[in-house]
Amino acid sequence: MRSTLKASALALTAALAASTAFAGSHSLSGDLKIFLDTSNPAPRATMEAMIERFGAQHPELNIETTVIDREAYKTQIRNFLTADAPDVATWYAANRMRPYVEAGLFEDVSDLWAEPAIADNLASTKGAMTIDGKQWGVPYTYYQWGIYYRKDIYDQYGLTEPTNWDEMKSNCQTLLDNGVKCYTIGTKFLWTAGGWFDYLNLRTHGYDFHMEMAAGNVAWTDDRVRQTFANWRELIDMGGYVDNHQNYSWQEALPFMVNGDAAAYLMGNFAVAPLREAGLSDDQLDFYQFPAITEGVALAEDAPTDTFHIPANANNKEAAREFLRFVVSADEQTEINNGANLGQLPVNASASIDADKFLEQGFAMLSSNSPGGVAQFFDRDFPAEMAAEAMQGFQEFMVLPDNLDDILARLEQVRQRVYK
Amino acid sequence: MTTVALPDTDPPKRGWYKRNEIAVTPWLFLAPAILFFAVYVIIPIFQSFSISLYDWDGLGQAEYIGLGNYAELMNDRAFEVSLWNNLKWLVCYLLAIPAGLFIALFLNQTVAGIRIYKSLFFFPFVLSQVVVGLVFAWFYLPNEGLLSNMLAMIGLGPVNVLGDPKLATYGIILAGLWPQTAYCMILYLTGLNAVDPEQVEAARLDGAKGWKMLWYVIIPQLKPATFIAFVVTIIGALRSFDLISIMTNGGPFGQTRVLSFYMFEKALSEYGFRMGYGAAIAVVLFLIMLVFIAYFLWSMYREEKGGH
Repeated sequence: MRSTLKASALALTAALAASTAFAGSHSLSGDLKIFLDTSNPAPRATMEAMIERFGAQHPELNIETTVIDREAYKTQIRNFLTADAPDVATWYAANRMRPYVEAGLFEDVSDLWAEPAIADNLASTKGAMTIDGKQWGVPYTYYQWGIYYRKDIYDQYGLTEPTNWDEMKSNCQTLLDNGVKCYTIGTKFLWTAGGWFDYLNLRTHGYDFHMEMAAGNVAWTDDRVRQTFANWRELIDMGGYVDNHQNYSWQEALPFMVNGDAAAYLMGNFAVAPLREAGLSDDQLDFYQFPAITEGVALAEDAPTDTFHIPANANNKEAAREFLRFVVSADEQTEINNGANLGQLPVNASASIDADKFLEQGFAMLSSNSPGGVAQFFDRDFPAEMAAEAMQGFQEFMVLPDNLDDILARLEQVRQRVYK
Repeated sequence: MTTVALPDTDPPKRGWYKRNEIAVTPWLFLAPAILFFAVYVIIPIFQSFSISLYDWDGLGQAEYIGLGNYAELMNDRAFEVSLWNNLKWLVCYLLAIPAGLFIALFLNQTVAGIRIYKSLFFFPFVLSQVVVGLVFAWFYLPNEGLLSNMLAMIGLGPVNVLGDPKLATYGIILAGLWPQTAYCMILYLTGLNAVDPEQVEAARLDGAKGWKMLWYVIIPQLKPATFIAFVVTIIGALRSFDLISIMTNGGPFGQTRVLSFYMFEKALSEYGFRMGYGAAIAVVLFLIMLVFIAYFLWSMYREEKGGH
C-alpha cells in the first residue's frame, strides 16, 4: 500500500515536472542519446564539438554521445533501432533508409520540413529525404563526385579538361601513349565501380533513365543498358584503368595517382584530403565534372547525402527535433562543413561555403551545372541486394569484359526477384 | 554399481537427494554444459532450419515460402562456386597432414638447438589468421610483392594470384596451410614421443628401414595423432572465413567465397539481410559438416568399444 502511494506520488511529480518543462517552451530537459557513425578522427571531432555547442544552449539536457565504427554501424543500426533506440542516429539518404522507413523504425519528421526555416533552405535535398510523400530525417552534409586529376601531368602532355566523350578518350590515348594510365581505381570493395557505372549511365541516358533503372523498371539486358556498357568498354579496351584494380581498396589506389602512374580518379570529395596529405599541392591537383557523353542529355551528378534521423522508439523526441533543427541551421552548417571540419558541402542554402578550391567547384557544379538532377550513389539509389550483385558484376566486367552477356543475364535474374 | 550392504536403519530420514545421489550427481555436473550446448548449439540448429523456410529481412514480417530458398540456391551460381570452393578447401587442406608428418619426422632428432627449430616451425600457428592473411596478401601483390619479384628473378612474368579468379582460392588455401601444417606437426611430434622404441628395434632386427619402417611400423602407431590431425584439419577447412575476408573479401567477383562467407554476406553484411536465404546456406553447410561429425562420432564409438 505504502509503495503504491509512493509510486503514484512519484508519477504525479514526474507528470508535473513534464508539464512544467513543456510550459517552459524550449527549456529542454531529460536525456538525449545520440549515436554517430562518424568514427574517423576529423568528423568525430566536428560532431563532438557541434554537440557541445548544442549542449551549451540547453544546459538542462543530459546529452550522451556514442560513436560507433562507421562500418560496424551499418549492421548495428538494425539492432539498436529495434531494441534500445537512441534519440538521434546518423544514416544515409534515399533508398538506403527505405528498409527502416518501411519497418516503421524511423520517425516521420515532415512537421520539421513544414517549418519555414527548413522548407526554404533545404529544398534541394528534400527529394532524397522523401519516401511515400513524407520526410524521414534531415541531411547534415553532402559532397560532390567527379574527376580529380593531376593538373601537372595534363599540362605536361598539353591536355585540357575534357568536356565531351571524344575529348575524354583522346586525352586518355595521349596519356597511355606516354605510359601513364588514365584512371586509377581500386575495386576490391566493389562500390568504386558503382561510381563509374553511375556516371557512364547518367551521361549516356540521363538522370530519368538511371532512376527508372534504380526503380527496377528497366531490364538489365535492355539495349540502352548495353550501350552504357559499350561506352565503358571503350575505356577498358584502351587499357585506361590501372591493372589489377580488383586487388586494391580505394585508398590503396591513391598512390598510383600520387606517384604519377595514373592521371585521374573518379571519386568523391573525400579523396582530396588523403591526396593532399600524400603531398599533392593544389597546383598539382584539380577537379573537373564528368564530361558529357550523349549530346543533349542533361548533366546529372552523384552527391551522396549523410543524414540524421529520429528512431521511432526514441524517448526524447522533443529534444531530438530541436537537435535536428540545430544541425541544419545555417550557422552550424557553415561551421561543420568548413575545410577545418568535414570539408564538405553545407545542405542549408543560406550557409556559406568554405574558401576551398574543390568545395567551391563542387558547389558551383551541383547548384548550377547539374540540370538533370542529383543522384545519391549507386548503392544508395538501388536496393541493397540489387546493388551488391550489380557492383560485383561491374568488377567482373572491368576485369573480363567478354563476360558481359552472362553478367547482364544474371543481373536481370536478380532484378526480377528483387523488385517483385 | 555396488549396492550398499548396510542395513537400511532409518529410511524416512534420508532426503530425496541422498537416496538418488549416485544417479543424480553426474547429471548435476553435466547440467551447465548441457544447458549451454542446448541453448547455443542445438536450439539454433533447429531455428536455422525454421528460418530457412521464410523470406525475412530481420526487421519486418517473415513470410513463409516453404522450400523457396532452397529452390533458389539450386539456381544460384554464386552458391555453386562457394560449394566447389569448400570442396577445394577440404581436399587441399588435407595436405597439411602429410606435410606436418614429414616436418615432424625431420625434426624428431636430437641435434643441438632442436628446440629452436621446432619453435620456428611452430610459430605460424601462434600468429592470428588475420596476420597470416595480411602477410600472404602482401606476398602475392602483383607488382611489389615478393612472389612477383622472385618470379621475375627466374625470368617469369608477374602473376596476380589473388586477382585471378582461377588462382585466388588456391592462393588463400596455401596461406591457410602454413599455420595448419604447423599444427599437424606439433600433433605428430607428440605422437612420435609415444612410439614404442622396442617395436622400432624389433623391426630393425627384421631388416625394416626407410619407407617400409615408416609405413608399417611408425605410421600405424601414430594413428591417434593422425585422427586428431584429420579432425582439426577438416574443421579448419570448413571454418575458413577470416583468411578469405582479409585476403580477397570474397572477390574477385565472388570467386573465392566459401559457404560460410557467402552465408555471412547474404545474411549479415552491409548489403545482406536475407536471413532466410542465409539460414538455408547455413543448413547446407551444416549437412556437409554432419557427414564429418557422423564419421568422427562413429570412429570414436568404434574405438571405445574395440579398444578395451
